[in-house]
Amino acid sequence: MDSTGLTGDLEGAGRKPAISLEAPSPRYGEKAIKGLLAVCALLSVVTTTAIVVSLLIPTLDFLARVPIGDFLFGTSWAPTFTPASFGVLPILVGTLSTSLWGMLVAVPIGLASAIFLSEYASPRVRKVIKPILEVLAGIPTVAIGIFGLVFLSPLIEKVLPFMVNVPPFSAGVAGIAIGLMIVPIIASISDDSMRSVPSGLREAAYGLGSTKMKVATRVVFPAAISGIIASLVLAGSRAVGETMIVLLVAGASPNLTFDPGSSVQTMTAFIGTTATGDISTGTITYDTIFAVGALLFVITLVLNMFAIRMVRKYREVYE
Amino acid sequence: MEDSIRQAGDQMTEEDIPGTEEGPRRGLSQGIEVGAAADPIGGIDPWSGEKVFELEDVTVSYGGVPAVKGVSMGIQRNEITALIGPSGCGKSTLLRCLNRMNDLIPSASVDGSILYHGQDLYGPRVDPVQVRKMIGMVFQKPNPFPKSIYDNIAFGPRVLGLDDVEERVETALRGAALWDEVKDRLDDNAYGMSGGQQQRLCIARTMAVDPEVILMDEPCSALDPISTGKIEDLMLELKEQFSIVIVTHNMQQAARVSDKTAFLIVRLDATENNRWGELV
Repeated sequence: MDSTGLTGDLEGAGRKPAISLEAPSPRYGEKAIKGLLAVCALLSVVTTTAIVVSLLIPTLDFLARVPIGDFLFGTSWAPTFTPASFGVLPILVGTLSTSLWGMLVAVPIGLASAIFLSEYASPRVRKVIKPILEVLAGIPTVAIGIFGLVFLSPLIEKVLPFMVNVPPFSAGVAGIAIGLMIVPIIASISDDSMRSVPSGLREAAYGLGSTKMKVATRVVFPAAISGIIASLVLAGSRAVGETMIVLLVAGASPNLTFDPGSSVQTMTAFIGTTATGDISTGTITYDTIFAVGALLFVITLVLNMFAIRMVRKYREVYE
Repeated sequence: MEDSIRQAGDQMTEEDIPGTEEGPRRGLSQGIEVGAAADPIGGIDPWSGEKVFELEDVTVSYGGVPAVKGVSMGIQRNEITALIGPSGCGKSTLLRCLNRMNDLIPSASVDGSILYHGQDLYGPRVDPVQVRKMIGMVFQKPNPFPKSIYDNIAFGPRVLGLDDVEERVETALRGAALWDEVKDRLDDNAYGMSGGQQQRLCIARTMAVDPEVILMDEPCSALDPISTGKIEDLMLELKEQFSIVIVTHNMQQAARVSDKTAFLIVRLDATENNRWGELV
């Protein structure tokens, strides 16, 4: 115990050094790691900014040639024809239509799956289903698109009367395929979010004589609402941004309609078909692609901001 | 419906008073006692009056491993029955059997018989949801819903489709001596309340659906002494209206509030209920 330094310092002055409170050596590693982490965090900010800027410049060029009113409110989309027309509404509606049908399919199925997985499924069942769902989320969308084209379209033509006499390309089938793609996103994230609701809340509800359904819908679901909305937003963004499926299934005719039986072109499909590498920079077609891209960006941004507001408004904070 | 239950309960008490001479008998053969230091204290007085629960040789297991073994006891109407004992002796497990809360744990199984007013609580046609309507529960950690104070109390009546929700909320809050503290902020989130208030809110929430029995699982263990005192006072008032079973590991608390006390001790990995047929 004498070697504690303190006593040494008190007794024999200078015989032993006092306890040192200084670091034995400067911790350069600590600073390096901190710097590295900061760079990584900054990188995504920088990338986003770069994307916005690279979208913005050609978009401004585009708007210098086409009045913004004609672009946003025009009802005829034929940018590569002569005479060209740049009314974005048909492909905007195309995007909204396929996304809407997709969400209409995916939201009920996804949320029902999440409630089942989180509240009803036994651990064993869950252990099987959850990984399958996550694998499903990772299937390349081109595969889902082909599945839609060769399997869903013919099937739906047979099953649903309103699809009769419709070519194999339709917004409705594309919507269903998109729905299949985003069900796992909604189910998986909502399930995680519902499972993270403290079990004490469930027990409290059960203790009041609630049925399982009441516990799930009145307690767990509202308590998990912020995660659930986040999953819906993510799914919605994926649906709006989906390219391959709509390219394959929805057709390529820019029709201004929400009819699920009609062929439509979406904004992403336009970009996908037009940006083929043989357009030269500076042409109006080149700029058009960026203008559409910028509009897509704005739409998803607005969606996200709206969602954040919803989450703030309805969130139930526990603890 | 309820009347017939009561009747059945009455008949039951006439016939069968669980033998008090059955003392500690099980589990001893299992070997060395781990928590043997705990001397069985506490007693139970004569069994007069109406019994709400009768437990006969109740064993609860999780995945085949018994947590509580061979418990036989009775719980009487309009009394506070305390279950005390060291940590891990299965007090909470036993308590959660009384409103079938253990059903929520897939691996839990209950052997022996638990009669509620003479009806087998684990009978084939018994609906746990129905059971929990009559036997409410207050938990160790205050667990208000992340909703407003009003919605917390109104939750039960709404879920059960009861009428006069507003009136029930006020009655329950008054009953839990909380009304004066919260009447001006019923729309505030319940998480803004203090821990003690939250726990009384949880008690009020349970009262709002008019249960017959309230089970309390260490309701004061997360609370300061003043809040604890308030809840104990509240319990003494509530027993006029409800039968209360409380789990606590605080002997003083058991002594302060309970009419009867059951003491559980740890034996090996199993547990034994030691009952002494004596007056407290």
